[in-house]
Amino acid sequence: MSEHLIHHKTYDFPDQSGHFGPFGGIFVGETLMPALEELNRQYERLKHDPAFWAEFDYDLAHYVGRPSPLYFAERLTKLCGGARIFLKREDLNHTGAHKVNNTIGQALLARAMGKTRIIAETGAGQHGVATATVAARLGLECHVFMGVDDIQRQSANVFRMKMLGANVVGVSSGSRTLKDAMNEALRDWATNVDNTYYIIGTVAGPHPYPMLVRDFQSVIGREVKEQSMKQIGRLPDSLVACVGGGSNAIGLFYPFIDDKQVRMIGVEAGGLGLETGKHAAPLSAGQPGVLHGNRTYLMNDADGQILETHSVSAGLDYPGVGPEHSWLKDLHRAEYTAVTDDEALAAFRTLTRSEGIIPALESSHAVAHALKLAPTLPAEHVMVVNLSGRGDKDLHTVAAIDNIKL
Amino acid sequence: MSRITHCFTELKRHGKKALIPYLTAGDPNVATTLGLMHALVANGADLIELGFPFSDPSADGPVVQRAIERSLAKKTTLRSVLEIVRLFRTTDQNTPVVLMGYLNPVECMGYQTFTDAAVAAGVDGVLLVDMPPEEGHDLQPIMRKAGLETIYLVAPTSNPKRIAAICKQSSGYVYYVSLKGVTGASHLDVDSVATNLARLREYTALPLGVGFGIRDAESAAQIAKIADAVVVGSALINRIAELKDQDTYTAAELERQTSLIADMRKAMDR
Ligand SMILES: Cc1ncc(COP(=O)(O)O)c(C=O)c1O
Repeated sequence: MSEHLIHHKTYDFPDQSGHFGPFGGIFVGETLMPALEELNRQYERLKHDPAFWAEFDYDLAHYVGRPSPLYFAERLTKLCGGARIFLKREDLNHTGAHKVNNTIGQALLARAMGKTRIIAETGAGQHGVATATVAARLGLECHVFMGVDDIQRQSANVFRMKMLGANVVGVSSGSRTLKDAMNEALRDWATNVDNTYYIIGTVAGPHPYPMLVRDFQSVIGREVKEQSMKQIGRLPDSLVACVGGGSNAIGLFYPFIDDKQVRMIGVEAGGLGLETGKHAAPLSAGQPGVLHGNRTYLMNDADGQILETHSVSAGLDYPGVGPEHSWLKDLHRAEYTAVTDDEALAAFRTLTRSEGIIPALESSHAVAHALKLAPTLPAEHVMVVNLSGRGDKDLHTVAAIDNIKL
Repeated sequence: MSRITHCFTELKRHGKKALIPYLTAGDPNVATTLGLMHALVANGADLIELGFPFSDPSADGPVVQRAIERSLAKKTTLRSVLEIVRLFRTTDQNTPVVLMGYLNPVECMGYQTFTDAAVAAGVDGVLLVDMPPEEGHDLQPIMRKAGLETIYLVAPTSNPKRIAAICKQSSGYVYYVSLKGVTGASHLDVDSVATNLARLREYTALPLGVGFGIRDAESAAQIAKIADAVVVGSALINRIAELKDQDTYTAAELERQTSLIADMRKAMDR
């Protein structure tokens, strides 16, 4: 049995039909059902094949640059005056975020399934870049769907994708952000299902995506376990990660689910404040519903229409969340909270100045919550914050907020 | 006998095939939708698929997407769509109405509440695009107990095992999606549809409807030769999209605007 497949004593989800308790499942049009069944079959086969994981590990080591360090943020810790803060440095990965862990894994799946055409949705552009990167490496045709509003605010990543040979398709329907890009990717997939592999960028979508993306991203938490044993002689006391769709958070949390003493905290985008309704925090302020192939916590109105979301960070600007987070919330195994745009921006600056690390605005949400929580905890407390990505892509956004023209 | 079964039985007795227009409720507004439903019947429609809007129609092409956006801009809700059906039933007790849409508005209303309200309004069947039979285990029994038909999609990609399972859960009719893609696509291949329908026939005695890609009288007539029902959506919605957001259209004006349905009727009956 591969170490990549973590078996918990008390937690075994999703079930055979792809459900995490009442969440998850497969809610798509019939055209895509057989494709999802086939993907599930192929993954179930490959995940028991040591050669598949050997190639995954090789790519992560030599192409992505793993393991990523677990770094003791000494000055940030001093500044907070409480818990010891460690940063899991996913920002140091090739392409600059955790997203590539997943695209490496799914590209291997696509190749094993004989697919020649890759599609993806993207919000911040990090997943689009990570997908365009693996497609370039394998010589596969690649189309990335991106809301036209996101194309505006993440122009550097759009250019990167084009440089990598991907076709970036602007999506101008609906709210012109990540959720609409995902709708368009699903439409493309239904049309070109024979030769196309859809690389979903987070732990959302229909089964088996939430499961397989989690398995690929779990490398984060597995490394943290090993590193914390080696570096501090024990497991951390708490884990903090930002939650958009939830892939970097589940990647960190999942290997720790059986370690009940470890607190797991997911941080959503509070936007202008939960009370304003202008946010992207379905776990903190939404209710269960069905979107993009799964049942999960959502932001919708009284008629079930999905609401437009707001976040300063494009990668968190999504009205749903991976179904496993909904389940971990209802099981009370993980806690979920939200920080505002302003708090995330302040944390962005604080981390940059105190540690010389410029975080992605998404990751800045996790840092912001750590800055609030650490001072309330004792010095023995070890907190691991997932630094899911680096902030280069966000410099334009931050400069614009400071009224600086680059 | 349910209204849908009765409709198909009568058509069969007369050697005719069903013509099923799809329109998005609330486009351009609720009052015009009601008028359009009567106009469609006057033009020869046998059954109406009435779409209720959802903000994220991921199985629909641009024509239906825009109709839904227009409907939502008018604040159409699932409840206001049920109200349209109730008003339609006050003067038309014969034409079956099937609600078609995505699951989330139904989830949000609650399965039992929705089912009771739909039956009370005079709805005959429900087709939820993103609810495959596997996920229907809670809703399906509630709807069937209340007398609502549960219509499911079969696609060109469906394998024999899936087709068998879908047919087992279906009632009223089975909706065969004619092509790989979204609504409004234009690459209809009649020969391959005929082959797949013949395969599908082995699994069910229910009437077989075909939709996606039927755009004019000619394609409607071709499909009528091989299927029990012809569903037309995007081509009709393109005509409806030309209407203004006003509630003063006369019956004659709405019949003229949807004359495509009369043309299809004629071609199918020839
Ligand atoms: C750096 C970074 N962190 C986090 C996210 C949010 O995604 P997830 O919640 O799946 O980790 C994104 C998405 O684009 C991202 O780019």
